[in-house]
Amino acid sequence: MSQSVLVIAEIRGGKLRQVSLEAVHAANQSAGGAPVDAVIIGSGIIPVASELAAYVSGKVYAVDHPELASYNAPAYLAAVKGLLDERKPGRVFLGHTAEGKDLAPLVAAHLGAGQISDVIAVSDSADGSVYTRPIYAGKAFEEKAFSGGSGVVTVRPNNLPPAAQAASPAEVVDRDYAPASDLRSIVKDVVRKAGGKVDLSEAKIVISGGRGVKSSDGFKPLQELADVLGAAVGASRGACDAGYCDYALQIGQTGKVVTPEVYIACGISGAIQHLAGMSQSRVIIAINKDPEAPIFKFADYGIVGDLFEVVPLLTEEFRKVLA
Amino acid sequence: MNIFCLLKQTFDTEERIVIQDGQVSDDGVKYVINPYDEYAVEEALQLREKHGGTVTVVSVGPARAAEALRSALAMGADEAVLISDERIQSDEAGIASLLQAYISKQPFDVILGGNFSVDTGGGQVAVRLAAGLGIPHAASITSLDIDGTAASVKRDAEGDTESLELTLPALFTAQQGLNEPRYPSLPNIMKAKKKPFQTLSLDDLGVDAAAVAPLTKRLGLSLPPERGAGQLIKGTPAEQAARLVELLRTEAKAI
Repeated sequence: MSQSVLVIAEIRGGKLRQVSLEAVHAANQSAGGAPVDAVIIGSGIIPVASELAAYVSGKVYAVDHPELASYNAPAYLAAVKGLLDERKPGRVFLGHTAEGKDLAPLVAAHLGAGQISDVIAVSDSADGSVYTRPIYAGKAFEEKAFSGGSGVVTVRPNNLPPAAQAASPAEVVDRDYAPASDLRSIVKDVVRKAGGKVDLSEAKIVISGGRGVKSSDGFKPLQELADVLGAAVGASRGACDAGYCDYALQIGQTGKVVTPEVYIACGISGAIQHLAGMSQSRVIIAINKDPEAPIFKFADYGIVGDLFEVVPLLTEEFRKVLA
Repeated sequence: MNIFCLLKQTFDTEERIVIQDGQVSDDGVKYVINPYDEYAVEEALQLREKHGGTVTVVSVGPARAAEALRSALAMGADEAVLISDERIQSDEAGIASLLQAYISKQPFDVILGGNFSVDTGGGQVAVRLAAGLGIPHAASITSLDIDGTAASVKRDAEGDTESLELTLPALFTAQQGLNEPRYPSLPNIMKAKKKPFQTLSLDDLGVDAAAVAPLTKRLGLSLPPERGAGQLIKGTPAEQAARLVELLRTEAKAI
């Protein structure tokens, strides 16, 4: 491909996101040896730009401005517009994250480009890159390619390997940002609900609760196990609908799709719409009182038992072996 | 207040996916309003109840999508528009253009849609439409308050809650937790049959099929590998816990 390839990298909690390096990997693969550039947007981001530069073969553009401290759609689009217009990238890669999902369609619309969202694998064909993505939340997969024009790709966290270090670090180039005077969308406040907790979509281990947890307090033993394992806590629709937890935790065809190394389903029966959200996890463990629960048909390891008995014992065991 | 609601008809989330002749089979499938779009319809109705105005539900899709639009009318929407034409092969970019071709000619204050569709799930159409119309948007919202032309929203960003203020006209996409969609009542189901329902072709919209040709193409379709049942761990709860930890470390090499 003769046109340039650009990654829009992302910062969360002051740190470069792992998925941005996975996006660089996808970009490198699609670029077929041509240099890949990256842009990073935020405030006080030069250290992160330098960190990113180690993985980037082209240039790293840094758009550093106090007004870009947190994500805002029109401001972030304004921050990359100049670059998009100058470089006219043939491919743009972002993470399929809250920020990337929001920004990607704006970038695609600005470029008049197609977009392939939520990509989990990239392969090569004679006609260029082929992108695999789940449909119906992972009940099936489709392979997609661009019809010929430019394209925007968002990559799902945790599915592609991160980019290897580049032969030599990329040059970091400062880009000016002119604050837009007529923003019709202003971010007033951000409450970090996930404060200190592991992010569900990027977690290597997910401990999930269903109706069987019986109350919001019922999530406590799950959280204790999660703390020992450095895991994130999720939930089924049943648990969310019953008001035991926030919808932000919901895993399933409605809700989030997760693909951790280990998924521990506690008190979850295994409705089809829930299975869609977690069945691509590498190892699935089911803990349920009901031996007939459909989840056991999908679990690598099953324990028929009371989660309130088993989960604290598991926490104890892991404490011992991980100490 | 002129409220437009974007709606897609999707498979019910309890449907299994079957691939036949290289296509997803729709044999015997139950269709529903995309669950996220249902939150959008409910929010549109609540806005109308508070501020007055009309709610128009709009869909781009095959003839069967009329059924989803009728369901939205039965929930209480005032009018429905189905953009349907055999020449439409569009992906997300083209669908956004078609919606834009229609909505840009109407007076509008608020556009609502789902955060994403539970079938192809690209999460692009609504945001592309906002870009095309040149209006601000907030995606994945969990609350919406409108006062005059000022909208205050809360948006879910991977567990964080962002508070935004936007100036109308604006577009919003619904996240779970925004509201509890109502069920259609019998009188409303009867009334829905008499509500205005327009079907628009490419010619009606003055859009050339080539202008909304897809920018992406599907090359293949597959099902995930079958997952068989694994092993049940027997014993007392303490034995089960110890055995599971051991298996995870030695056999699965996962922890």
